[in-house]
Amino acid sequence: MSQSNAYSATAEVGQLRERRSRWETIKLELRKAPISAWFGFIVIGCYLFVALFSPLLAPHGEAEIFKTPFAPWDAKHILGTDQIGRDVFSRLIYGATNTIGIALATTLLSFLIGGGLGLAAAITGGWLDQLLSRFVDVLMAIPSLIFALMLLTIFGSSIFSLICIIAVLDSTRVFRLTRSVAINVTVMDYVEAAKLRGEKLGWIMRREILPNIMPPLIAEFGLRFSFVFLTIAALSFLGLGIQPPTADWGSMVRDNASMIQFAKYDITAAMTPMIPAAAIALLTVAVNFVVDWFLHKTSGLNDEH
Amino acid sequence: MMSTDNNDTKNTGSADENGQKGDILLEMRDVHIDGFSDEKWHHIVKGVDLTLRRGEVMGLIGESGAGKSTLGLAAMGFAQPGCKIVSGTIKFDGMELTKASENEKRALWGSRIAYVAQSAAASFNPAHRLIDQTVESTVNSGIRSLEEAQADARTLYASLQLPDAENIGDRYPHQVSGGQLQRMMTAMAMSSRPDLIIFDEPTTALDVTTQVEVLVAMRDIVERFNTAAIYITHDLAVVAQMADFIKVLRYGNEVEEAETRQMLTAPKEEYTKSLWSVRALTKPEETSDDVVIEIKNVDAAYGGSVKVLHDINIKLPRGRTVAVVGESGSGKSTTARVITGLLPPMTGEVQFNGEVLPKALKDRSKDQLQRIQMIYQMADTAMNPRHTIAEIIGRPLEFYHDLSGKAKQDRILELLHLIELDQTFYDRIPSELSGGQKQRVCIARALAAEPDVIICDEVTSALDQIVQEGILQLLLRLQRELGISYLFITHDIATVQAISDEIVVMYQGAVVEQGLKSEIMSPPYPEYTQLLLKSVPEMDPDWLTNLVDDRL
Amino acid sequence: MHPILGTVLQRILLGVVTLFFVSLIIFSAIEFLPGDFTQAVLGQAATEETVAAFRKELGLDQPAPVRYMEWIQAVMSGDLGTSFSGRNASGIDRSRSVVDLIEPRLWNTLFLAAMAAIVAVPLALFLGITAALYRNSVYDRVVNASTLTTISFPEFFVAYILILFMSQLWFDFPAIASVNAETPFWERVYKCILPALTMTLVIVAHMMRMTRAAIINLLASPYIEMARLKGISKSQVILRHALPNAWAPIATVIAFNLAYLVVGVVVVEVVFVYPGIGQLMVNSVTTRDIPVVQACALIFAATYIILNLIADIIGIVTNPRLLHPR
Repeated sequence: MSQSNAYSATAEVGQLRERRSRWETIKLELRKAPISAWFGFIVIGCYLFVALFSPLLAPHGEAEIFKTPFAPWDAKHILGTDQIGRDVFSRLIYGATNTIGIALATTLLSFLIGGGLGLAAAITGGWLDQLLSRFVDVLMAIPSLIFALMLLTIFGSSIFSLICIIAVLDSTRVFRLTRSVAINVTVMDYVEAAKLRGEKLGWIMRREILPNIMPPLIAEFGLRFSFVFLTIAALSFLGLGIQPPTADWGSMVRDNASMIQFAKYDITAAMTPMIPAAAIALLTVAVNFVVDWFLHKTSGLNDEH
Repeated sequence: MMSTDNNDTKNTGSADENGQKGDILLEMRDVHIDGFSDEKWHHIVKGVDLTLRRGEVMGLIGESGAGKSTLGLAAMGFAQPGCKIVSGTIKFDGMELTKASENEKRALWGSRIAYVAQSAAASFNPAHRLIDQTVESTVNSGIRSLEEAQADARTLYASLQLPDAENIGDRYPHQVSGGQLQRMMTAMAMSSRPDLIIFDEPTTALDVTTQVEVLVAMRDIVERFNTAAIYITHDLAVVAQMADFIKVLRYGNEVEEAETRQMLTAPKEEYTKSLWSVRALTKPEETSDDVVIEIKNVDAAYGGSVKVLHDINIKLPRGRTVAVVGESGSGKSTTARVITGLLPPMTGEVQFNGEVLPKALKDRSKDQLQRIQMIYQMADTAMNPRHTIAEIIGRPLEFYHDLSGKAKQDRILELLHLIELDQTFYDRIPSELSGGQKQRVCIARALAAEPDVIICDEVTSALDQIVQEGILQLLLRLQRELGISYLFITHDIATVQAISDEIVVMYQGAVVEQGLKSEIMSPPYPEYTQLLLKSVPEMDPDWLTNLVDDRL
Repeated sequence: MHPILGTVLQRILLGVVTLFFVSLIIFSAIEFLPGDFTQAVLGQAATEETVAAFRKELGLDQPAPVRYMEWIQAVMSGDLGTSFSGRNASGIDRSRSVVDLIEPRLWNTLFLAAMAAIVAVPLALFLGITAALYRNSVYDRVVNASTLTTISFPEFFVAYILILFMSQLWFDFPAIASVNAETPFWERVYKCILPALTMTLVIVAHMMRMTRAAIINLLASPYIEMARLKGISKSQVILRHALPNAWAPIATVIAFNLAYLVVGVVVVEVVFVYPGIGQLMVNSVTTRDIPVVQACALIFAATYIILNLIADIIGIVTNPRLLHPR
């Protein structure tokens, strides 16, 4: 085969792709997503719907107490009542708002702190980077659940202190990730080119660095959310997180744990603590499935073949 | 098993007893190979034939994406992860490799077919001594006993000119230099006295002066044992030294195959001719007394301690090109960092149009920044992958010249035209461009600032030769039209010939000499310049032989 | 001196420095308590004298650095202070020393953790390595999906599922792991089966995924491809070429997960009412018994730091570049 065409710059074969809008690309990717990711999306969607409209969906009040504690499943109380006679189904629905809301707020705060500082450390480098990195090393040398327990002893268990404590502890991990991906970007020639052009730090951060570190940060947001969500659930389960009468899945498990011993006689009774625990598990599974797919997509790894 | 009958014939170390020189050793017919990327299967090799006889060396050349490495590995019956051999036949010494089982192929690899990889540093296992790795497959396949193989390895080390051949094998890979490792890998390939060795760009990562030693060593040993070889490279001058005949590939197809001398003197195809032409590009030298940048007595260090530049003095005349040449670690790129202000010098100064520039980047005015622009080696990393071409070229326009809206858009199109691209590139993103196109966009970005000086840091080194020529011609044309001065950093002497008026030779952080191209390129030379110039492979197939004769 | 010794010493020194800062943070916990916490500990009826005496006992009349020095000296000599509980307004002190509280429980916790680790570590390494070798096989996909699911479960969910089936519905294993110093070894093992199994499941999931990733990463190295191109058999590639370079990542995985085990024990101990240090800590947090919380935190943190230190040292001494310097 002869290649007698004369050289021309435009004719060089680049990796031409069909031109698609961002939305079209997303749609295309979604269509190719595996079942696990689809499952994850649907579950997350349902949870968010319940969390947003809990007062409309719940048949009874969050802390409304009925006469019979441990009532069996029936038409009035779909999932029965708990140890002091509150409707389990309603509390489950309200629990979505509280548990997800608090975990989401904590994760956002943690990204604000960790992401901001990580970016600052990566860009300025030098002593600020050293100081922050060493500080984070020390904080991370204490297991975060243990650290959280200690801080809760000091500051007490209010929702506010819970959010702050977990966010600060978790921000150490966000800091490390943000710093490392941002450093990978700051050494790129295009960042140097922007510096040579005389661009301000803010512009470089906003236009050159942020767009390039978003994919790993989005994935990390999913992972951090499920971690925070599990930590808060664990603390609530230990009786040190979200306090009654606020409905919350972790404490619902704790409060009704003893009902599991009736499993042989009435399996539905044993379900009272199992259902909120399963609700926690299902959401984390869903988030992990989506993150797994997203990481696979964005890392550019094709280890299928 | 094959290894047993190999045992007695192999010991003599000659391929002749295994078969006559001139017998067909490897025959590939209509080989198609596909690779998976971007969620799709692509054709990488599209029906190539290849015949190699015993004792022959075939050069396989082509640009990136030509499929030469994939074809080279296919000669072993191996497909890299993400690739598959779709159709065709690969016959090695009568054995059909496409149908052979993993075990059958494994029995060939390392004993009858050996492979020499590009990056020796990454391809040696850090956990084992070199000699153990050298003899591993020889001993495993029972060709020689451990003691014999080790003694033989030491002999091989000696014949490959490795220092301290008796003991160097006891070292670990990180304890020897890159050039030594590459020779070590040749020894490893040769240990079993294979019938065929695949050399996959074995000297690409080496400096020119090191490359010569490795080439000599590899050529001699292949000749001595009469081994057949496939030598894969993108460098024509290198392949001219190594190969008996050359096959040119492009986009997975064969363009042309011919005996080496014939290929060099009378290529048939247009494409092959164009590959040669970059070497033909030259520029008549001119000089000027009007100095735009002058580096005076500059010393610089990284981290305030490791001194990397010693008393540098360089003058860049207006509208001219000064090429800075030297090997890796010579301080060429550091010099560029000093000029741009990224690395403030410890002592000395940089003058621009007779004025002293502030040492640090942050102290320079927007005007000073605008007048000195930079183009990088890797166009890939020099452009934000998430910006469109219009955004990339448009930013300096709005930043330095306050252009916006229609005026900016018009100017972007004008610049695209200037770099020989059209408006269809306007809203593409860098990953949709080829290497040469990316580098052109980087040039346009530099031009958008309307600079006096452009520092070009190895701007053509990562590109294929034919694309290099296009970029160099563009740079020359822009210089003629716009009167821009270039400080052109490179390690490639052919590029220097093509573009420079003056040359600065650097070695270990110091300037060896500066002068007009014709002065530097002709005797008398300082010792280092001589070594550097002599080490650059030439298109003459006898160059390496003559060089070795000269040295003796 | 062999340079590797220097690197190891440097790393140990770094561990000590980290431990120092950690102890500083844990010590300063008491500083952040609200000013009237003494009142809360002793009760509202406490007289000024008893409060003053208590503050003096805590050394609150002295500057913080002096107190830190005294505290850390005491800690090093094995004295972790006295618990806040058991005090009252009358000044009668029935409090117990923290060491007495912690010691038996620490052994219980270590017993449980060891039991889980003995099963979990080899199992996880086996699953991880085989999943990496047979990447993308059905086996790999099943193992992957099930471990991804397991790590998404809160520990207490895993625990209650096990209780539901293993203790209530199908079998009759004890759901409450009540042991004391006199419990014979095998009875202890029997009682600990469910908590140990819970931790094993959680740990295996984490560890298997990390091992798989580490091995896959290793197998992508150019020298592994080179070994294959040298015609080395699959098993030899793994044993001779991959394994010698795998110690560092595997040690990191094991250390990370053992550390996780020690921490994960908190929730599991509470579920199974197991008298370990985790449960003690949770109780002390509820009663705001700072000296006990501090002691527990210090023990957990020290374990964590030491385990990571060991992993780092294994990484250093198996690194050929450091082992055979230029």
